[in-house]
Amino acid sequence: MSVTTHDGHQPVPGSGHVAFERGHGAEHGHADHSHTPANFFVRWFCSTNHKDIGTMYIILAIVAGITGGSLSMIMRAQLLHPGSHIVPNGQVWNAIVTQHGLIMIFFSVMPALIGGFGNWFIPLMIGAPDMAFPRLNNMSLWMAVAGFFMTMMGLLWGTGSGSGWTLYPPLSNGTYQSGPAMDFTLFSLHLSGISSLLGAINFITTIFNMRAPGMTLHKMPLFVWAQLVTAFLLVLAIPVLAGAITMLICDRNFGTAFFDPQGGGDPVLFQHLFWFFGHPEVYIMILPGFGIISHVVSTFSKKPIFGYLGMVYAMIAIGVVGFVVWAHHMFISGISVDSRAYFMAATLVIAVPTGIKVFSWIATMWGGSIEFKTPMLWAVGFIFLFTVGGVTGVVLANASLDQYLHNTYYVIAHFHYVLSLGAVFSMFAGFYYWIGKMTGKEYPETLGKIHFWMTFIGVNLTFFPQHFLGAAGMPRRYPDYPDAFAGWNYVSSIGAFISGASVLVFLLVIAITFSRKPTLGANYWGEGATTLEWSVPSPAPHHTFEELPRLR
Amino acid sequence: MRGARDVSPARRDVRSHLAALSAVPALAMGLSAAAQAQVPHPWQMGLQAPHSSVQSEMQSLNTFVLWIIIAIAAFVAGLLLYVIFRFNHKRNPVPSRTSHNTVIEILWTTVPVLILIVIAIPSFRLVYYQDRATHPDLTVKVTAHQWYWEYNYPDQDGLDFQSYMIPEKQLKPEQRALRQLAVDNPLVVPVGKSVRILLTSGDVLHSFFIPSLGVQRYAIPGRMIETWFDVDKPGDYYGECNQICGINHDGMSIQVHAVSQADYAQWLKDAKARFSETLPRRTARVQLAASR
Repeated sequence: MSVTTHDGHQPVPGSGHVAFERGHGAEHGHADHSHTPANFFVRWFCSTNHKDIGTMYIILAIVAGITGGSLSMIMRAQLLHPGSHIVPNGQVWNAIVTQHGLIMIFFSVMPALIGGFGNWFIPLMIGAPDMAFPRLNNMSLWMAVAGFFMTMMGLLWGTGSGSGWTLYPPLSNGTYQSGPAMDFTLFSLHLSGISSLLGAINFITTIFNMRAPGMTLHKMPLFVWAQLVTAFLLVLAIPVLAGAITMLICDRNFGTAFFDPQGGGDPVLFQHLFWFFGHPEVYIMILPGFGIISHVVSTFSKKPIFGYLGMVYAMIAIGVVGFVVWAHHMFISGISVDSRAYFMAATLVIAVPTGIKVFSWIATMWGGSIEFKTPMLWAVGFIFLFTVGGVTGVVLANASLDQYLHNTYYVIAHFHYVLSLGAVFSMFAGFYYWIGKMTGKEYPETLGKIHFWMTFIGVNLTFFPQHFLGAAGMPRRYPDYPDAFAGWNYVSSIGAFISGASVLVFLLVIAITFSRKPTLGANYWGEGATTLEWSVPSPAPHHTFEELPRLR
Repeated sequence: MRGARDVSPARRDVRSHLAALSAVPALAMGLSAAAQAQVPHPWQMGLQAPHSSVQSEMQSLNTFVLWIIIAIAAFVAGLLLYVIFRFNHKRNPVPSRTSHNTVIEILWTTVPVLILIVIAIPSFRLVYYQDRATHPDLTVKVTAHQWYWEYNYPDQDGLDFQSYMIPEKQLKPEQRALRQLAVDNPLVVPVGKSVRILLTSGDVLHSFFIPSLGVQRYAIPGRMIETWFDVDKPGDYYGECNQICGINHDGMSIQVHAVSQADYAQWLKDAKARFSETLPRRTARVQLAASR
C-alpha cells in the first residue's frame, strides 16, 4: 500500500494532474475496515454509497443497452432486404424505432456515463468520501430504473408508442396514439428526467463543495470538469423537456390544446421546446465521454494532457453555445429565413471548440510513449470516428444543404457516428480503463482487443453506407424502401449483425473478468495515470478518503 | 441578399451540363420505366442528379463542402496514424512532458474559423436563394394526409385531386423499378416555370421531399409553409414523405410529372374534366364555375 504516483516534478498547472500527499495513517487498504453492509437488501436496495450506486447504474446501462441493441437487430433484419415482413406493420415498426432511441439515450448512454462512471469516479477523483447527498443519489438511481420499466411498457403495451423519439405532436397526441403506451413513454421520460435532475444537483454540489484541500477548479481532472458542465446542461435543459411533455400529457388526457391548432395551439411550439432540451442533450451524452477520452489518452501516452485550460474552456463553450443552436433541427419546419441563417451560423461555431478538443488529444499523444492497451484502442477509435461524425455535422449545419439531407439516412449516419461510435466508444474506453479499479480484477487483454476490432468493423460497416443512402434520398423511419436502396442496406445490416455479435464478446469479457481473482495493485497503469483514483487500492474499498488527501 | 436570388446565364449553362452528365448513369443503369425518371440508383453514393435551380446550387455547394470535410478527416487520420507509428512506446520509450504550445493552440482555433467562413459565405447565399420564388409562375397548394397527398391548383378553378402510392400488387410490369415510388395521380407542372408550393397538413406532420428538385418542407397542421422549385426538363421526379406520420409512413410517395407548356395546358383541360366528376373535394369556386 505505497502508491505514490508522484514524486519530484512540479504539477503542470491544471493538467488534472496533481501531486498529492497521503494523510496520516493508511486509511485504505484494509477491506475489513470498509464497513460494507452485510445484508444484501440493505447494501444494494437502500444504498447510499456512490460506488454501489455507480455499479448499479452501469448494470442498468448494460441491460438497457442490450435491450435497445436487440431492437436495432430487429430493425436491421427488417431492412436487410426490401419488402420484408419481419416487423408485422408500420405501427410496430414506429414503436421499435421510438423506443430504440429513448432506451439508448435515457437508459443506456446517460446511466453509463453520468450515473455510472460519474458516481464512481467524481468522488474518487476529487478526493471526497462520497457524494454530497447520498440518499438523493439512491433516489436518482431507482427513478431511472423505474423509468426503464415504464419505457418498456411504452414499447410493449398495446400497439406501442409510435411517434419517434422526438415525440412530435400531433402524431403523439391522443387522437393518433390513443392507447396508454404513449402515456407510459411520457411518464418514463418524467422519471428519467427527475432522476437526471437530482443527479445533476448532487454532482454540482459535490464538485463545488467537496474537493480535497488544494484542488482548485483549474487543477480539477478533466473528467470532473466534463461532468460539471454536463450537470449544468441537465439542470437547464431537463425542466424544459419536463414542461413540454407535461403539456403533451395534458393535451392527451385533460383536453388542453397546447399543441393542437384547432384549439389555438401550435405543433411547432413543441418542436422548439423539445429541441431546446434535445440539443443540449446530445452534449450531455458526449461531454462525459470527452472527459474519459482525455484521461485514457494521457495515461497511455504517459504525458500530461496538452492544453488543459483550452480543453476546459472548450467544454464550457460547447455547453454554452449548445443552448443557442436548437432550431437547426427545425430548418424545414417553416422557420423564417433569417432564423435559418442565424441557427446555421451558431451551429457552425460549435465546430471550433470541438476541433480544439480533437487536436489537443492528438497533441497529447504527440511525443508520448504510447501503449495500445484496450482502453487506448477505444480512445483512438473514438477520436477518429467522432471526427467523421463531426465533419458530417458541419455539412448538416448548413441550412441550405439540410433542405435535402434533413431526416434522410445521412442524419442517421451522422448522429450514430457521434453517439453510437462516439459516446459508446468512450463508454467502453472507460469500462476497460476502470474495471480493474472497480473490481480489482484484470480484464482479458486479447479478448478486449478482439471486442474492439469487431465493434470497430461492425459499426463502420453499419453506418458508413448510411451516408450514401441518405445522399440518395432514403428517408429515416421506413420499414420498406425503393429497391434501389437494397445494396447499401444489405451491407449496413451485415455490419449491424457483426456489431451485435461483438456484444456477446463483451459479455464474455465481463464473465472472464469476474471469474478472476482480484490481483491488481492501486495503480495498475503506471506512471501515466496521475489522478487521485489511482492512489486508492483496487478494488476501491467501500469507503475511501475518510481522511482527506492533501494536494500540493 | 436580394441579388443572390438572381442566377446568371453562365451558371445556367453549367447547370444544364451537369444535368446532361447526370442523365448518363441513369441510362446506363437501364432504368427505362419513364423517359426522365429521377429515381435513386442501386449503389448510389452521391446526391440525386439535380433538376432544379435550387438543387444544382445545392449540388455544387455539397461537392465543395464534401471535399473540405474529406480533407479534414484525412488530415486527422494522417495525424493519428503518424502518432501511432512514430510515438509508439517501442519507438519512443521516453515520453516528452510538453503540455503547452501557444502558437499551435492559436492556429488550431483560427484556421477552423477561416474554413467555416469559407463554407458559410456560399451557404448563406443559397439559404436566401432557396427561401421563396421571387416571381412564381404558378402556385400549387399541397395538403398532406395520412397517407396521401392532395394537390390543389388555386389559379385553375381550384382543380383539386389526390395522389396515392400504387401498391406493389397493382404495379404494371414496366413499373417494377418504381416500387414504393410510383403514384396514381402525379403532381403535374410545366417545365422551366417557377412553381410556388404552399404546404399544409390535414392531420399529423408530414414532409414534402423531392431530392432531385432539392425541395423539402414539413407539412404542419394549422400552418401554411411556402417553398418553391422549377424543373429543368420534362420527366418524372420522385420523392417520399420524410417525417414519421403513422403506420403507412413509407406508403405516401411523391411524383412530379414535368411537361412542356403545351402539354401542361392540355393536361389542365383533361384534369379539370376528370377530377370534377370523380372527386367530391371541390372548392366553392369550382362549384360556382360548374353551376354557371
